[in-house]
Amino acid sequence: MALKIVKGSIDRMFDKNLQDLVRGIRNHKEDEAKYISTCIDEIKQELKQDNIAVKANAVCKLTYLQMLGYDVSWAAFNIVEVMSSSKFTYKRIGYLAASQCFHENTDVIMLTTNQIRKDLSSPNQYDTGVALTGLSCFVTPDLARDLANDIMTLMSHTKPYIRKKAVLIMYKVFLKYPESLRPAFPRLKEKLEDPDPGVQSAAVNVICELARRNPKNYLSLAPLFFKLMTSSTNNWVLIKIIKLFGALTPLEPRLGKKLIEPLTNLIHSTSAMSLLYECVNTVIAVLISLSSGMPNHSASIQLCVQKLRILIEDSDQNLKYLGLLAMSKILKTHPKSVQSHKDLILQCLDDKDESIRLRALDLLYGMVSKKNLMEIVKKLMIHVDKAEGTTYRDELLTKIIDICSQSNYQYITNFEWYISILVELTRLEGTRHGHLIASQMLDVAIRVKAIRVFAVAQMATLLDNAHLLTGNMQRNGICEVLYAAAWICGEFSEHLENPVQTLEAMLRPKVATLPGHIQAVYVQNAAKLFATILKNQEGNTDSTAAQETSQMMIDRLPLFVQSANLEVQERASCILQLVKYIQKLQQKDVEVAEEVSALFAGELNPVAPKAQKKVPVPEGLDLDAWINEPPSESESEDEQPKAIFTKEEPKHSRPRHTEVDEKELARRREARKQEQANNPFYIKASPSSQKVYQEAPGVEHIPVVQIDLSVPLKVPATTPSHPTGLPMSDQYVKLEEERRQKERAEKKKKEKKKRKEKRSGRGKKHDSGPESEEDITPAHVVDIVTEEMPENALPSDDDDKDPNDPHKALDIDLDKPLADSEKLPVRSHRAAGAPKSSAEDGEAENATPQEPKKKSSKEKRDKKKDKERDRKRSKEEKKKKKHKHEEKEEDLLGGQAEEPVVQSEETKEVEAQPTSTSAEVSDLDFWLSNAPVPSNTQEAATVAEAAPAPEAPAGTAADSEPEEPKDTETEESKSSKHKKKKQKKEKEEKEKKKKKKHHHHHHHSDGGGEESVQNGTVEEEEPLPPMSNYCLLAENSYIKMMMEDADQVCDIQGNLQDGSQVVVSVIFENKSDSFLKSMEFNVLDSLNSKLQRPEGSGPHDGLTVPFQLPPGVSNEARFVFTVQSIVMPQKLKGTLTFIVKNEDSSTHEKLDFKLHFTCTSYLITTPCYSDAFAKLLESGDLKSSSVRLEGVNMPFHHLLARICFHHHFSVVERIDSCASMYSRSIQGHHVCLLVKTSGQTVSIDAKCDEPTLLGNVLDEIKQTFSQC
Amino acid sequence: MIKAILIFNNHGKPRLIRFYQYFHQAAQDTSYCKAEDMQQQIIRETFHLVSKRDDNVCNFLEGGSLIGGSDYKLIYRHYATLYFVFCVDSSESELGILDLIQVFVETLDKCFENVCELDLIFHMDKVHYILQEVVMGGMVLETNMNEIVAQVEVQNRMEKSEGGLSAAPARAVSAVKNMNLPEIPRNINIGDINIKVPSLSPF
Repeated sequence: MALKIVKGSIDRMFDKNLQDLVRGIRNHKEDEAKYISTCIDEIKQELKQDNIAVKANAVCKLTYLQMLGYDVSWAAFNIVEVMSSSKFTYKRIGYLAASQCFHENTDVIMLTTNQIRKDLSSPNQYDTGVALTGLSCFVTPDLARDLANDIMTLMSHTKPYIRKKAVLIMYKVFLKYPESLRPAFPRLKEKLEDPDPGVQSAAVNVICELARRNPKNYLSLAPLFFKLMTSSTNNWVLIKIIKLFGALTPLEPRLGKKLIEPLTNLIHSTSAMSLLYECVNTVIAVLISLSSGMPNHSASIQLCVQKLRILIEDSDQNLKYLGLLAMSKILKTHPKSVQSHKDLILQCLDDKDESIRLRALDLLYGMVSKKNLMEIVKKLMIHVDKAEGTTYRDELLTKIIDICSQSNYQYITNFEWYISILVELTRLEGTRHGHLIASQMLDVAIRVKAIRVFAVAQMATLLDNAHLLTGNMQRNGICEVLYAAAWICGEFSEHLENPVQTLEAMLRPKVATLPGHIQAVYVQNAAKLFATILKNQEGNTDSTAAQETSQMMIDRLPLFVQSANLEVQERASCILQLVKYIQKLQQKDVEVAEEVSALFAGELNPVAPKAQKKVPVPEGLDLDAWINEPPSESESEDEQPKAIFTKEEPKHSRPRHTEVDEKELARRREARKQEQANNPFYIKASPSSQKVYQEAPGVEHIPVVQIDLSVPLKVPATTPSHPTGLPMSDQYVKLEEERRQKERAEKKKKEKKKRKEKRSGRGKKHDSGPESEEDITPAHVVDIVTEEMPENALPSDDDDKDPNDPHKALDIDLDKPLADSEKLPVRSHRAAGAPKSSAEDGEAENATPQEPKKKSSKEKRDKKKDKERDRKRSKEEKKKKKHKHEEKEEDLLGGQAEEPVVQSEETKEVEAQPTSTSAEVSDLDFWLSNAPVPSNTQEAATVAEAAPAPEAPAGTAADSEPEEPKDTETEESKSSKHKKKKQKKEKEEKEKKKKKKHHHHHHHSDGGGEESVQNGTVEEEEPLPPMSNYCLLAENSYIKMMMEDADQVCDIQGNLQDGSQVVVSVIFENKSDSFLKSMEFNVLDSLNSKLQRPEGSGPHDGLTVPFQLPPGVSNEARFVFTVQSIVMPQKLKGTLTFIVKNEDSSTHEKLDFKLHFTCTSYLITTPCYSDAFAKLLESGDLKSSSVRLEGVNMPFHHLLARICFHHHFSVVERIDSCASMYSRSIQGHHVCLLVKTSGQTVSIDAKCDEPTLLGNVLDEIKQTFSQC
Repeated sequence: MIKAILIFNNHGKPRLIRFYQYFHQAAQDTSYCKAEDMQQQIIRETFHLVSKRDDNVCNFLEGGSLIGGSDYKLIYRHYATLYFVFCVDSSESELGILDLIQVFVETLDKCFENVCELDLIFHMDKVHYILQEVVMGGMVLETNMNEIVAQVEVQNRMEKSEGGLSAAPARAVSAVKNMNLPEIPRNINIGDINIKVPSLSPF
C-alpha cells in the first residue's frame, strides 16, 4: 500500500498541473486546439487512476478548460468523486468545478445529496462554507427539498461565516423549492437582527430579493426595515433597504409619507454618492405613489431634481448617467420639473458617451409638448445624420417615432410634417427598423383621415423610387417601408393623382427582388389600383385606356406567377385570371368597373392590440379540448406547410442585422455610390429622394443635386416661397410656425376686441407670455379613428405577466400562520409514507427509492465505482442514523422554540400565531398611522433572541387594550400567550421537568436563594427564551430537594388596571407517589401587602387551593395581593398545608415559604415610543441615579435581553453599545434607563419620579448580573 | 442579483468567468447550443460592447442581447490590461457594484501582492476562491476587504497544512519547469485607485 502511494506521487511528478497546462497552451499558440485535445486525453487518463490527488489535479485543469469553452460535462462523475474527498484541498477543487459546470440537467447531481449533507454538517466550518458556495451555484429542486432543513439549521450556526452563507443560499432554495419559504421565513426574519453585520446584511439582501418580486407579502416587515434604516450605518444594507422601500411604497402610500423625512435627511447628510442616489430614487418612487399633492411635496421634488442636476453636471460620467436615469423616473409624474432642465438634457445629447446619449434620449421622450415637438425632432434628425454606428442611429430612429406617436399622437399638430419625417427616415442606410416606420405610416394613414391625400401622394413617390430602397436588400430592413407604401396606395387609391403611373411602378420587374411578403402586398394592391383605374377610365368615352391598363396587368403579372413565394404566386395567378376575364368583357364593351371595385369595397378599420385576447371565451367552450383526437405521430410532417404562412413575417422582422465597423461601412458606401452612378434610374429619380444627399458630405453628389432644385412634393400652395435647401420636413416646420403665428395674431386680435369690451371690468389681464399648450390647435381638424374593440371585450389588462417567472411561485402569504403540514422535509420524509416515529425503519427503506435508478444505469458501466459508492452510502447511512438520534435528543431538549421539525412545539406555534398575525397587521397600520404605537414590536425581537419574533406584537397589542378583566377565563381570549399558558401549562411543566434533567445549568435569578417564590414572568410578555424558563425552574429544583412531596413555582405579576394589586401564580407539582388534597395557601399579611381573601373570611384564614393533585401532576393557582406602597421590596411569610393520602394512611403536611415581592415585580413592561421617551426625559420631573456593573461578560444584546426579561423593561432605542429602556410601575411611575457598555463595564443611568423605587430596582438589576 | 462576472483582457481572452445563471440557447432554435458555447458567445459579445468604449466614458451599459438585453446592466472597470465586468439586474446599486469591483481588485492585490494579469492566468482557481468570499450565488456576501482576506488566508493555510495540491515532489518539478520562463512582467499596477468614484464610505 505504502509502495503504491510512493509510486503514485512519483507518477505525479510527470503530470501537468494547472500552471503547466496554462504555460503549454501559451506556448502552442499556433495549434492550440490540437494541444488542448492531447491535454484532454491526458486528463482522461489521470481521471482513471485511483489516486484522488491526481484526479483533483485533473479536475482543476478541466475547470480551466471549461473557461476556454470546452465541454467538460463528461467528467461530471469524476468531479463528484473529487467533491467527496475528505481533504479540504481536493474538496474545494471539486466544488469549484461543480459550480462552474453543473446545472439543473446534470444527472449526477442526484448523487451529491448525501455528500453535500455530510459537508454541511462537517465540524470544519470551511468544509461547510465550500459546500454552501458550491451548492448556491447548482442547487436543483431536488437538492433544495432534501437539504432545506439542513441549511435552515445552519442559519443558527455559531460561526457568523456559516450563518451568512446559509442565509444567502436560502434565497436559491426558495427559488427552487417554494414550499420552504414559509417554514423558513421566521428564522430568516430573525437574522435581520443578527449581531454580526455580515449576517444581517445577508438577510437584508435575501429579503430584498424576495420582496422585489412580490412586494405585497413583505409589507408587514416595513416597520422592521424602517428601524434598520434609521439605525444602520452600513451603506450596503442601507442601499438595499432603501431600494426595497422603493418597491414597497407603491403598495402603501402611507409608508411613503413616513419615509420622506428620513430620506430627505439622508440626502442632505450622506457623503456617499451611491446612497444619495438610491435615496433620491426612492423619494421619487414615493412621490410617484402619492398622487395627491401634499404641501411640501414640491419641495421634495425640487430637492431631487436639484440634486440630480448636480449629478448630471458632474464631470464623472457615471454620475451623469445615473442622474439622467433617475431624472427619467421623475419625468413620468412631474414632467414640469424636468422640463426646466431641457437645456442640460439637450446638451447631453452631444455627449461623446453613447450610454449617456441614450439616457438623454429617454428623457426627451417625456419632455416634448405640442410646442417643442418639431424643434426637438428636428434636432434629433440632425443627430441621425451625424450618428456613427448603426445601433445608436437605430435607437435615435425608434426614439423619434416613440416621441411622435406617444399617447395617440397627442403632440403632433401637423401630420403632413410627420409623414414627411417618416419619409425622410426611410433614407437611413442599413436600419433594421423599417417595419417600425412602415407600421407608423400605415397607422397614420388609416387613422388620420384628413392626411390620406397627402400620405398617398408621398407613398406614390416612395414606390416610384423603390429601387433606391432595394439597393442591397439582404441587409436593408428599410424595404419594409414599401409594404406600407404599396398598401396605402392601393387601399386609398381614389386619392392618387396619377394612378396609372403608380400601377406601373408597382409592377416593375425589379419588384420581384423584394421579400415575398412585400411582393404579395404589391400584387394585391395592384389589383385594387387596377379597380380604381378602371372606374376612372370607364367614365371616359375612350375605352382603349382601360384596355391598355388591363393589358399591362396581363403583361406584368406572369412575373409574379412564377414567384417562388407561395403567397405571391397564388395571389398573382388568381388576379391574372381575373384580369384576363375582365379584358374579355372589356373587349365586348361590357362595363365591369363597378363589379371589380366591389371586390375591394368596404373600409378596413384598425383593431386594438390584444383585441382578440380580450374576447371572453364563451361558456361551455373548452379551447384545450381536441376537436378531433389527433392520430398518431405519422401526420406530424403535414404540419410543415402551415409554418410557411405563419412564420413568414417574423422571419423578416427579426433583427438580422450584424454590427458593421467603420471600414466596412465606408466600403459599402463606396460600393453604393458606384452602383448609383451606374444605375440608369438614378438620375431620373424624383428629386425628393436626392434631397437627403444635399446634407451628406461627398462632393460627387453636388452636381446631381443641383440638376433639380424644385421642391419635391406638393407643399400647400399658400406658401410659395420657401428656402429650397431645407429638407422637406423643415419646410413644414416653417409652415407650421407661420400658421401658428397667424393664429396667435388672430387670437390676439380677438382678445383685444374682447378686452376693449371688457375694459371697464376687472382691469388688465396678463398677456399670456409664451403660448401655452392649449393655444396650439392642430393644422387641420384631425380625425383620429380610434381602434376597434370587439363588442364584449374584457377590460382587464392583466395578461402581461410571464407565466415562467420563477418568482411567481414565491408569491406566498407569509403572515398566515404555519399549518401543521408545512414544514421542511426531514430526511425520513423521503420514504413516502414512512411514519415519522419509526424513523429507523424509514431510513432503511429510504435509501433505496432514490438511488436504484441511478444505480442500474451505471452498474453496467462501472462496477468498481458502484462498489465504492455502496461503501460510501452505507457509511453515510450509519451517520444518518446517528444523526437522527441526535436530532431526537434535541427534540427532547427542546432545541429552538421555533424548530419546525419539532412537532410538539409546532402545534403550539400554530395555536399561538393566529392572534399574533392579526396583531401584526394592525400593528403595521398603527405604525403607519403615526399613532403613539408600542414601539417595542421590533425590540421584542432583539430582546428575546430565541423568541419567535412574530408573536411579540401579540403581547403588546393586548397590553394596550385598556380593560383587562380579572377573570382569567376571558383573559384567555385576549392574549395568545395566556391561552397557551393556560392550556399547556401542565404539559409544559412536565416537559420542562424532563428537560431540566438534562440542563443542570445554574442561572441567576433575582429571588433569594431559599425562597420558594420566583419573580420573573409577566404573563402578557412575549414568550421568553426557553433557557430562561428553565432557569426559573432550575432554581426551584433546589427547593425540590428540600421538600419531598410538593413543589411550587410562582410568578408575581403586577396588575395593570388596579394600581395596588399584584397577582401571584403558583404552580404546584406533586413529586411524590401519594395523592395530595385539601391544600391551603396562607400568608401572614403585612401592613403593606395583604392577600385578598373572599368576603367573610378572617384576616388569618388560608385560601383553599381549588384542586387536588394526583401523583406527578402539577397545576397552577393564582392569588391576588393588595399592595399599598411599591417603592420597597417586600417579603411575606407563608405556609402551605395539605394532606398526603396514601393507600393506608393520610398525613397532614406543612410547607413554609417566603414570598419575595421585588420592586421589579411591580414594574410592567410598557412599550414607549422614542419621541415620548425624549419628552419624558426633558420634562425634568425625574430624579436620576446611576449604577456601574463590573465584569459583565456577555454580549450587549444579551444584557439587554436580561434586563428586559427579568426586570420588565422594553428597549426604546438602541444605538451600537448604548440603549435606552423604559418601564412603568403598576402605580404609574416612569422608569427610564440608559445602558451603556464598554468592555466589561456596564453603566446604567436611570431616571424615575420615585427615587426609592429606582434605587431598589437598580440594586436588583445589579444583583441579577452579579449572579451570572 | 449578479448574473455573471467576467474578467477578460484587452484582447478578449477570458481570465475568469463565473455565471450565476444558466445561460443556454432557447430550445426553439434548431441548433441547440451548449452552455459552454453560449458562455463563450456572451464573453465575445460583452467584450465587443465594452472594448470599444473609451476609458473616460461611464462604466455602465445595457447588457448585450445574449445576456438578456436591457433588463441587465453591465458594470465594468478597466484596469491596465484587464476588464472586470459584472452583469447585474435592477436590484443592484450601480455605484455599489463599482465599489465592489474595486474591493475585489484590491483584495486580489493583497492576496497576490501586486496582482498582475499573469497571476490571474496561472492561478485562476485561487482567483475563484477569492471571488467566492465576495460573491455567493450571485449575491454579495462580504464587502469588508479585511474579512475577505482573512477568510482566504485561513483556507490557504488549511490547504498548506494538507500539503496542497502540488505536494513537494511536484513542486520541485514545477520549479525546474519555471526556470526557463521568460521574464514575467509584474504589476498590472492597479492604476489609479483614485479613479474618482464616490466610494461607500464605511466598508
